[in-house]
Amino acid sequence: MLHRLRFIPGRLVQSIPVAFGVTLIVFFMARLLPGNAALAILGQQANAASVAALSKQLGLNQPLWEQYFLFIGRLFQGNLGTSLTYQIPVSELLSQAIPVTLSLLGLALLLALVISVPLAALAAFRPGSPRDLGVRAFTLLGQGMPQFWLGIMLILLLAIGVPLFPVGGYGNSPADHPYYLFLPSLTLAIAMCPTIIRSLRSSMIDVLGSDYVGTARSKGSYGAALFRGHVLRNAAIPTVSVIGVNLGFLVGGSLVIEKVFALPGLGSIMINAIFTRDFPTVQGVTLFVALFVVVVGILTDVVYTMLDPRVDLSGKENA
Amino acid sequence: MTTPTAMLVAHKERRRATRTRSIKAWYRNGSLMAGMIITGLLVLVAVLAPVIAPYSPITQHLTDALQPTSPAHWLGTDKYGRDVLSRLIWGAQVDLRVGFLAVLIPFVIGSILGGIAGYFGGWLDTVLMRIVDIFFAFPFYVMVIVLVFIFGSGEFSIYIAIAAVSWVSYAKIVRGEVLIAKKQDYVVAARLGGMSHARILVRHIGPNVLSQAIIYGMSDIVMDIMAIVTLGYLGLGIAPPTAEWGSMINDGQEFITTHWQQATIPGLVVVVTSLGLSWLGDGLSDLLSPERRK
Repeated sequence: MLHRLRFIPGRLVQSIPVAFGVTLIVFFMARLLPGNAALAILGQQANAASVAALSKQLGLNQPLWEQYFLFIGRLFQGNLGTSLTYQIPVSELLSQAIPVTLSLLGLALLLALVISVPLAALAAFRPGSPRDLGVRAFTLLGQGMPQFWLGIMLILLLAIGVPLFPVGGYGNSPADHPYYLFLPSLTLAIAMCPTIIRSLRSSMIDVLGSDYVGTARSKGSYGAALFRGHVLRNAAIPTVSVIGVNLGFLVGGSLVIEKVFALPGLGSIMINAIFTRDFPTVQGVTLFVALFVVVVGILTDVVYTMLDPRVDLSGKENA
Repeated sequence: MTTPTAMLVAHKERRRATRTRSIKAWYRNGSLMAGMIITGLLVLVAVLAPVIAPYSPITQHLTDALQPTSPAHWLGTDKYGRDVLSRLIWGAQVDLRVGFLAVLIPFVIGSILGGIAGYFGGWLDTVLMRIVDIFFAFPFYVMVIVLVFIFGSGEFSIYIAIAAVSWVSYAKIVRGEVLIAKKQDYVVAARLGGMSHARILVRHIGPNVLSQAIIYGMSDIVMDIMAIVTLGYLGLGIAPPTAEWGSMINDGQEFITTHWQQATIPGLVVVVTSLGLSWLGDGLSDLLSPERRK
């Protein structure tokens, strides 16, 4: 098992240029603000002293490359600057919000799998049948809906129409959180489902047509046992990478969903920061999210290798 | 919802599927017809908005605020007394226009860069693909929201933001297609015939690889419309009082307990629009894939 994870150091080294590219882009975002970045952040009516102070904080008076190294240096110390609105370190703001967003994503992924696996199996066991078409219609609709609108519709149906769940918020005690997270997670899950179902369905069809499933069938395996023992794990392999590459996008989606359900996660912080022109916070969230995507990419490769013994990412051709 | 990566995967699947599908006359292509009818009707509504909209989409009549559906206002009025139906109709103009136009810039930039990288290969290709990797690390909405923040909200910023995010997909698709095409006999023949690289790329390879980018572009329009609607919902899109579906949903959410249709109906219109465009894209992919002609 462990020898198959040899590729991890190499994979980490490979991610370094991407991670640096990410910091470079996030760094230059501040330079894209029209005019003096400090003035653009503080607004035209800011007094000269506060502009000078912020210019100094952002290091705007030094050459560009020096500013970048300063930025990177602070980054390695976990210093993302100070929020202009709250006057507390951005890292502190993030550390409060990250658990919310991650639990939202985790629960959403779980729900998405609970919905997708049976639907994909229903479709794959009888391709072309009415139930396959039904599943296809569901995926088509799921793709065509704006996520935030789906969230509002779920609020309308399951929080207002039939008051099963809260309209929004995160609850006061940790025990309340899952209950408050359910509707937003369901929204995100339904948004994830089309991609997962499509990938699972097509790989299940491939697996069902394979020789080893034929052999298992001829030995008398059928139904749930056949599905669990032979189909699901093999069909799951391509889906893992599909979920991995899309998880980053789902982070983006979760930011919007948080706004719909008033969840105090990264999305709410980022969108509030945009309206108050709190640039260090916007920069911090962007950087965290992009680096998270890079890390998820690595984790996906690890899971992929563990699921499929034939995949050897340490080989040169895959490097 | 759909994601760029999911779209790329779906794109490849469709590509594989079209190879085996039998030749059908274009008018017998069900999804193409359905897509053409829905999209055509929507475009017609958008173009004819000044003629068919019963009321002005922006003039406020505060005394008529939040009216229920009635013969005078088929879908009622919003909190400023504006006719919801008229705002939906005018909204089609904004959302469709921005959706279609937003695709053009990334299509051109991505295709050119992808074409050059795929054709010349070497360090150019390596560098470009590394840049593509970096851009892929930024989730679509995060990047779009940040760029709209930097350039200020408004139509122009939306074009820039979407272009900056989605050129990578076109670059990836065209690069992949060019990698296959440049080994084909007709390219080798053109090269032996003494043609310049530029001419081969533009005149010979271009027409053969662009159909894939066009097919992807159709699903990209759906994605861009979703982005515009989402930005409108977040209050970062087209500035009010212009009628736009996303901001209509945002306005409606305030009255969700009393006037549920205000947030529901604009969303349904978005669903119909994206279904129409997806079907059109599927149909076009049947029609445009060169494998069909074999």
